[in-house]
Amino acid sequence: MAKFQISRRKFLTSASLGLSGIMLSGCDAFDSGLGVGDGLRSFLENANGLTWRAQRLLAGRDALAPEFTEADIRQPQRPNGVTAPDDDTYKGLLANNFADWRLVVTGLVEKPLSLTREQLQNMPSRTQITRHDCVEGWSCIAKWTGTPLSLVLDQAVVKPEARYVMFHCLDTIEQSLSGDIKYYGSIDLIDARHPQTILAYGLNGKPLPVENGAPLRVRVERQLGYKMPKYLYKIELVDSFANVGGGRGGYWEDNGYDWYGGI
Amino acid sequence: MDTVANKESAAEADGKDTTLIYRQSRWTRLTHWIWAFSLFFMLLSGLQIFNARPQLYIGKQSGFEFNNTILQIGAENTANGPRGFTEIFGHRFDTTGVLGWSGPPGRETARAFPSWATIPSYYDLGTARVVHFFFAWILTTTLLVWLIAGLVNGHIRRDLAPRMSDLRKLPRDIVDHAKLKFHHTREYNTLQKMAYGGVLFVLLPLMIITGLAMSPSMNSVLPWLNEILGGRQTARTIHFSVMVLLVLFFIVHILMILAAGPINELRSIITGWYRTDPPARHNQPTERSV
Repeated sequence: MAKFQISRRKFLTSASLGLSGIMLSGCDAFDSGLGVGDGLRSFLENANGLTWRAQRLLAGRDALAPEFTEADIRQPQRPNGVTAPDDDTYKGLLANNFADWRLVVTGLVEKPLSLTREQLQNMPSRTQITRHDCVEGWSCIAKWTGTPLSLVLDQAVVKPEARYVMFHCLDTIEQSLSGDIKYYGSIDLIDARHPQTILAYGLNGKPLPVENGAPLRVRVERQLGYKMPKYLYKIELVDSFANVGGGRGGYWEDNGYDWYGGI
Repeated sequence: MDTVANKESAAEADGKDTTLIYRQSRWTRLTHWIWAFSLFFMLLSGLQIFNARPQLYIGKQSGFEFNNTILQIGAENTANGPRGFTEIFGHRFDTTGVLGWSGPPGRETARAFPSWATIPSYYDLGTARVVHFFFAWILTTTLLVWLIAGLVNGHIRRDLAPRMSDLRKLPRDIVDHAKLKFHHTREYNTLQKMAYGGVLFVLLPLMIITGLAMSPSMNSVLPWLNEILGGRQTARTIHFSVMVLLVLFFIVHILMILAAGPINELRSIITGWYRTDPPARHNQPTERSV
């Protein structure tokens, strides 16, 4: 047995050598190949397609996100991202309390729409107390009131070749050399027709405030916050989002987030 | 595939009274290295994801207008310049240089975990998520493969399942470990069974469960999961805590390997063959030949 024993000194020396080796191995050794469009990253991104399919298989079309009680509303909905759009168009609409604002529904539909706030609010509504999960890791519970997106889609009559709903927004999320980039995003028709997917105009019993996306924002309760655009003005039905922005389906997606935000 | 074989010749040639035995099946060895590789990437990408919101909360949501924060890593301006801090249960520690405020001298930045501990080294939540979820699939699949193989080939029942005798040996085992006195046998000792069993049957499953509990889509499939765990933010806190336990396990694991004889231990997890103590001096069943 003795020959397997090592001295305490030798043990401590080799242990500290091993640990310092581990400490040094970090740094930027793993940065290459991980940029958007790089081969290694594209390979790793396949896992997200797998997650999407697996979760769709498990959740199906209609499994509902958990809903909470009034007692769970303990704070205002935390505003995030753009909270006060500086765009002239938006500021003009806001000055007039959105009387001139319209929700345009266009693209692959039989009957393009242009709806006022009143028209939307006169449609059947849904109110739900749900938890907003930000991709960063925080959560906030609030009560949302809005028009089910499926009702708007039915009114516009979606063409069979449509596959995605593209959301176009009024807020500038980035000022680039080639001009301002306004927020945009997309979901598939299964999530678009989900019973809890609403175009929200009310928050915690009051009209939706500017910092949370007035006059209209999307709620997609089975996905993360970046999939729920604010300051909405146009819904476009498309068969592919290859020609929108960087082609990955949304502003944050073009900057490296996964298109499917269910995890 | 997992029969115990003895290789006496090498030992005899050396004139030593030891025996090489086939200790680790190919399933154990392969899954071990896939886990090691995956956990490395999951840890570093996970720390990057944590950096996006370097706070942990208890409950269903994050308190912005009320306080349910139990851990926070941040940076603050002081009379002596910016400092990094870590606050746990209201106790604040100065962690400048590692947590909260770190980087090359003169180019420090405010970031929870330092650059050398994250993938990518710069702040990039989207990329970290891609890496994290890719290896989550690898890790989970491998755990499932190991579980099935371990049940079929008897590894779990024979080597990991605790017995009454393990309980009896426990005090002695603790004393031996404290004295860095290691016995090299076919069987795992009690502390080994507890450590490996704890990682494979408690920590890793808990990691997967709390990971899934954070997914809004999975919440629609298993709405009761967060209720059991105490809410999504508690699930996130458990996820982080289990990470800390896995890192502690890793450190102890490496120290034990170094102390018990790194060559022998590494050989057994690479080739499967392990040199045991001289049986005569060990006062235990001498032959396990096939």
